[in-house]
Amino acid sequence: MAIFVNESTKVIVQGMTGSEGTKHTKRMLKAGTKIVGGVTPGKGGQSVDMDGTLIPVFNSVSEAMAATGANASVVFVPPKFAKAAVIDAIDAAMPLVVVITEGIPVHDVAAFYSYAVGKGKTQILGPNCPGIISPGKANLGIIPADITGPGKIGLVSKSGTLTYQMIFELRDFGFTTAVGIGGDPIIGTTHIDCLRAFQDDPDTKAIVMIGEIGGDAEERAAQFIKEYVTKPVVGYVAGFTAPEGKTMGHAGAIVSGSSGTAAAKKEALEAVGVAVGKTPSETANLMRKILNG
Amino acid sequence: MDLFEYQARDLFEAHQIPVLAGAVATTPEQAFAAATKIGGKVVVKAQVKVGGRGKAGGVKLAENADDAKAKAGAILGMDIKGHTVHKVMIAQAAPIDSEYYLAILLDRANRNFLVMASVAGGMEIEEVAHRTPEKLAKVGINPNIGIDKAKAIEIAKGGQFSADVIDQVADVLVKLWQAFIKEDATLMEINPLVKSLDGKVIALDGKVTLDDNSFFRHPEHEQLVDQASTNPLEKLAKEKDLNYVKLDGQVGIIGNGAGLVMSTLDVVAYAGEKYGVKPANFLDIGGGASAEVMANGLSIILSDPDVKSVFVNVFGGITACDAVANGIVQALDILGSKATKPIVVRLDGNNVGLGRKILSQANHPLISQLETMDGAAAKAAELAGK
Repeated sequence: MAIFVNESTKVIVQGMTGSEGTKHTKRMLKAGTKIVGGVTPGKGGQSVDMDGTLIPVFNSVSEAMAATGANASVVFVPPKFAKAAVIDAIDAAMPLVVVITEGIPVHDVAAFYSYAVGKGKTQILGPNCPGIISPGKANLGIIPADITGPGKIGLVSKSGTLTYQMIFELRDFGFTTAVGIGGDPIIGTTHIDCLRAFQDDPDTKAIVMIGEIGGDAEERAAQFIKEYVTKPVVGYVAGFTAPEGKTMGHAGAIVSGSSGTAAAKKEALEAVGVAVGKTPSETANLMRKILNG
Repeated sequence: MDLFEYQARDLFEAHQIPVLAGAVATTPEQAFAAATKIGGKVVVKAQVKVGGRGKAGGVKLAENADDAKAKAGAILGMDIKGHTVHKVMIAQAAPIDSEYYLAILLDRANRNFLVMASVAGGMEIEEVAHRTPEKLAKVGINPNIGIDKAKAIEIAKGGQFSADVIDQVADVLVKLWQAFIKEDATLMEINPLVKSLDGKVIALDGKVTLDDNSFFRHPEHEQLVDQASTNPLEKLAKEKDLNYVKLDGQVGIIGNGAGLVMSTLDVVAYAGEKYGVKPANFLDIGGGASAEVMANGLSIILSDPDVKSVFVNVFGGITACDAVANGIVQALDILGSKATKPIVVRLDGNNVGLGRKILSQANHPLISQLETMDGAAAKAAELAGK
């Protein structure tokens, strides 16, 4: 089993005809993802050759869904047009929308998130995230697919490259699913959503949770772990040495006053029994110990 | 981006929120001119993006323009919690009857916006929330619905505003919401919002944070950037489209991906304890680390006089390690004799064998390679400590 995406996930790519969209559509196809179409308003009716596979292009998400039966979308649309693209997917009642785009104004994200909640049919992952991979089954986004294979660890992370690093360190165990939820102030799918899904997934034996400075998502996740999660969880938090008031790359990664510090997050996680590593490799070793008994 | 008080005031005024006369000054002479124009008593306020300026002596009442000039002279150049005062605001002084609080902000936890309104103002809102929670209205706002007059009146009632000001407070709140949306703000706070002795509700001091991601639709926000306080290296990095933050240590850091770079800072800080060194900067060169981007990044870090060694920490994901290794070698070719500090490189991930081989074969005297992030951090810290 895997969470959110698996071998029966049929994917369309919004913004497929752009350079990033094309590059990553090819990579996702190579990883075995069932890409059934692309959406670019005004370019419907064309087909694009993706290294030998012809992928049809549609004008809207609803057209694409009607023609292909797609049940997930990956968005590579630039920030300026991302809100319209996500609204298009929500209006079509697309079950899962993975928003890779970085740099979307937070007012736009707040608007499409609230819109999705109101409609009640669409789960949003991201924005500003690397996507989600269930190794060997589906890869929606930009996570390198060839680092590891299917296995028994579930991973949830705010950061892209730290996700790759952690997958790499634990590649011999493999993963059910690895989810990059993104580093923006407002995101659709949270640590908690992923922790719940991993807890409910019988094939996931242990969970790695990676957080970073900013907000209090990790503290809330800790509370949720206490109430709901019985599987072993190891954690890592980045940004102990980040200065106050400076945004560290991700729009949401900022310590304001005494809130959002890595130390507070680590403390909250440890208080509910999560083993928190000081470095990525130490964190991987904690997981290694758990899985080796 | 956080704005100065005078910028917040101007923004409020542009959105028809009632404010008092005010002008910014960078010299005592400008302060004199501004105070003359406003007339009567004025308040001279240090413009710094940090709290507690009043206690630090950064806010003074002036009797007239001459006094304003003298007070401005004393405040300009002051250091308030590490922030040098480059500007003062000259504001009309007004007799105050009551102080209130009003703010709209991004609520990360609830993923919408939050209004906070209270009849108890003039102090930190955390204090109000703690001491008199019944006087603080906290209301979540659906971004797709917003705040109309009826909603604003309901919120003002919740904040326990008295009947004589509710209508005016609600008007300010509706305008504040419109400003919040139009300007793509993540925080607009009026503290204090005051009632003057003649019964008018006025925004006396404000804090505004604008969303950097929205700048593409607000070219006018560019001129609000505080050039005087921006570190020259940060300015240069921004021109090169690099994500760079200057810190106060000795080990230059380059990595790909914000999370990995934050993690690298931590690992270097731990390793540096032994040698008395710390990270000198945050620099994320992003997923596609081309030779040019690597050269730009290296050149900024090498031009930082505080930097004693450099740690390049890359996980090859989308960009394979061989491309990154070629990037480093080409970057050093481009920099030539400008590259003078030892560079510790840790490559891992996609095509790591080939990447390491390329660096070994380049045999550059400045480069040393280590296999793990922890090991490389220790080496870079050791080199910086020498």
